[in-house]
Amino acid sequence: MTSIDDSNKEKLRSVSVDLNNDTSLLIDIPDALCERDKVKFTVHTKTTLSTFQKPDFSVPRQHEDFIWLHDALVETEDYAGLIIPPAPPKPDFEGPREKMHKLGEGESTMTKEEYTKMKQELEAEYLAVFKKTVQVHEVFLQRLSSHPVLSKDRNFQIFLEYDQDLSVRRKNAKEMFGGFFKNMVKSADEVLISGIKEVDDFFEQEKTFLLDYFSKIKDSTAKAEKMTRSHKNIADDYIHISATLNSICAEDSTPNKKNLEKLSDLFERLRKVEGRVASDQELKLTELLRYYMRDIQAAKDLLYRRARALVDYENSNKALDKARLKGKDIAQAEDHQRQCLQKFDKLSESAKKELTSFKGRRVVAFRKNLIEMAELEIKHAKNNVSLLQGCVDLLKTN
Amino acid sequence: MASSSERNPPPFPASEKPEPGLSDMADGDSDSDEGADIFVSNSLPTSVSRGVSQPEEPADLFGQETPTAKPNRVYSDDDDLFAEAQADLSSDTPGNSARKDLSTSSGLPSARSPAALQPTSLEQLEEEEAKDCFDVDVAVTNPEKVGDGMNAYVAYKVSTRTSLPIFKSKVFSARRRFSDFLGLYEKLSAKQSLHGCIIPPPPEKSVVGMTKVKVGMDDPSSVEFVEKRRAALERYLQRIVAHPLLLQDPDVRDFLEREDLPRAVNTQALSGAGFLKMINRASDAVSKMTIKMNESDTWFEDKFQEVDTEEQQLRKLLAVVDSLVSHRKELCVNTAVFAKSMAMLGNSEDNTALSRALSQLAEVEDKMEQLHQEQAGTDFFIFAELLADYIRLLGAVRGCFDQRVRAWQRWQEAQSTLQKKREAEAKLLWANKPDKLQQAKEEINEWEAKVTQYERDFDRIGMTVRREVLRFEKEKAKDFKSQIIKYLEAMLQSQQRLVKFWEAFLPEAKAIA
Repeated sequence: MTSIDDSNKEKLRSVSVDLNNDTSLLIDIPDALCERDKVKFTVHTKTTLSTFQKPDFSVPRQHEDFIWLHDALVETEDYAGLIIPPAPPKPDFEGPREKMHKLGEGESTMTKEEYTKMKQELEAEYLAVFKKTVQVHEVFLQRLSSHPVLSKDRNFQIFLEYDQDLSVRRKNAKEMFGGFFKNMVKSADEVLISGIKEVDDFFEQEKTFLLDYFSKIKDSTAKAEKMTRSHKNIADDYIHISATLNSICAEDSTPNKKNLEKLSDLFERLRKVEGRVASDQELKLTELLRYYMRDIQAAKDLLYRRARALVDYENSNKALDKARLKGKDIAQAEDHQRQCLQKFDKLSESAKKELTSFKGRRVVAFRKNLIEMAELEIKHAKNNVSLLQGCVDLLKTN
Repeated sequence: MASSSERNPPPFPASEKPEPGLSDMADGDSDSDEGADIFVSNSLPTSVSRGVSQPEEPADLFGQETPTAKPNRVYSDDDDLFAEAQADLSSDTPGNSARKDLSTSSGLPSARSPAALQPTSLEQLEEEEAKDCFDVDVAVTNPEKVGDGMNAYVAYKVSTRTSLPIFKSKVFSARRRFSDFLGLYEKLSAKQSLHGCIIPPPPEKSVVGMTKVKVGMDDPSSVEFVEKRRAALERYLQRIVAHPLLLQDPDVRDFLEREDLPRAVNTQALSGAGFLKMINRASDAVSKMTIKMNESDTWFEDKFQEVDTEEQQLRKLLAVVDSLVSHRKELCVNTAVFAKSMAMLGNSEDNTALSRALSQLAEVEDKMEQLHQEQAGTDFFIFAELLADYIRLLGAVRGCFDQRVRAWQRWQEAQSTLQKKREAEAKLLWANKPDKLQQAKEEINEWEAKVTQYERDFDRIGMTVRREVLRFEKEKAKDFKSQIIKYLEAMLQSQQRLVKFWEAFLPEAKAIA
């Protein structure tokens, strides 16, 4: 059973800011258990709302349950004008698992000490992936709970409260919706970019901005990942260097022995710092980019839905003209047209609000993370400086 | 062994400026246009213009030290950094005073004379003293391509500064090519008088590397190759002149002093792989000897085993360090690519303050890339090359152990020949052939003398080997210590610059609104 304590969670909860401070509905994931491939999250709710049966309760949930909830929200027509928080990605332990496998294969080529250190590093990596996935699932729920409309969703309530296995409900949901909305979104880019006449400047700008920004941030996320991986490789190299120096020292009887001992010790400490540089960069930079990439996709989805509503409205106009020409079913067509217009206007209004607050949220999150990342880089580099200076002084005085 | 000179680690020429002394040599030399191209074309324009001008004198090469070179680089970076920071930031007060201090002090390095270096620690004082004992400084600089096509070669300037009377003058130089260095080694290793001595081996020959250079010296991998070789040749000579016996050798003197040297032929056998093959073949021959050496002194056996083990361990370490170098280069590439991507993202960003912060982040990452590049350079040129040198040197140590064993073998064989001659004499006495007997007696005398000589040789070699190994171990410890310190100090400075970059970025991030 791996649990995350509060202080750690504070550090983790950085991607989305200022969530979970409305005491009427507080959600967190205090515990998570990793069983083979499946992660079981303990979703804990504390509420003063009367809509819930109890004020304080917990339920076990799997990743698929979160996906069900997300899809249910996306499919709900009433929420068409909202940015649905992006679904958390599937827990992916493939990276550390593969490395662990490779390590096991190469066990015979390294000393026991080296093997132990590499294993420790990998376990830390595994733990980091674990923490990340807990965080991202938690943030998803907290986004919902802090949203004025979504927090009241019935499915959300079921998710939080229903104390039995959700998998039955999940299957029903799939049959009900049949991925209706989702299939539409597939060709959404074309819908957006195609020559729909956009009457509102705000949305025209947003569309251009989001399309461009999305492709750039997707690129940045991928490049940041590669950079982090390089840092990890270097940290691993430091382990090997330290271990090999140790083996040399063990056999060395010459005056060089103490030089090598000090160097080996230094590399052991440096690798810890380098490892932390890598993981901090991952959390503050890569995760930030990754999260907002997904969030921007959600914002794009909103634009698609609005564009679709506009198409519906334009189609209803054409139908009304046709009806007037034919002189048949005019009232019906007028009704339909009015409904489409209403829907479109409501959607537009809601979308404008959502997109504006999204902007603000994004800027705040970037600010927080960039500051934290810079501070951590400084901290680690200063740490390195003192380690290096210490070793140099030690070498010079002997 | 090479501790007599604190040389500035030659950086990867792709992104680094050369030592000020070297670039001056390039500028000053009348026939070294190509030399200038190699260094100047790869350096940052700002640093070259800041390079302190000096009279062209080999002595200046030896006055150049790390502390003087680095601060130039640091300040020039900071100047640029703070120039931008000042232009962009409107109202960030905390950093202001710090900034002012740095910009005023940035004026200092250009005024400081790099030629004077005060020993700052006891360690350096001791080294100065040691230098005075030998008082020979050599440097290898100015690689220049001579000729064209496949017959082209690179000539290096070998400069010496000394006050020893065995040399004709105090300061002098000569142009040498790679095969000349190999030729010197060949001459030294063939000398009977130097048997048992650990003769520093020259760097490896490389067909691939040289072919690229013959074609053209401008691409980064050729520049890197030439720099690697130049540095290795320099360390090779420094180790030779640091050895008391070798310094007195006339061939060494000729190499340093003579205007023209007869072309060294038959250096194929001494190319890198060839050198090690030679050592290993000799070792095999020794181990295949029918008469096993009766070792009365276990010191030799134990020491040989130690040396062998250490050589293997160093190879392992070198493999890991090579991996580190390549990972660091990967980090460079990935950081540069990320920086570009971040710049694009900053351009797309519609919030002004955030857009500026992202652009600044891109610039910081660009600077990080340069830091990583430099770090990869020191990883390679200081750490990896140190290990490579000692792997070769340990091979040479093994070589002198083998020489001792062969000396023993020669003595044993002479003894058995003497025995045979005595038996022959006895036979002749019995067969009563007086004329042949005289010859036999002469031969016995001859071989008795040889036996005595060879026994003396063997004892002498034994003493030499012992002495050489102890000296080698001391020098190795000194060498490792000074190189490790240099490596760590370079890393230290890199991390300090890293701190400055991020500290300059922090207000930008805080200014996001």
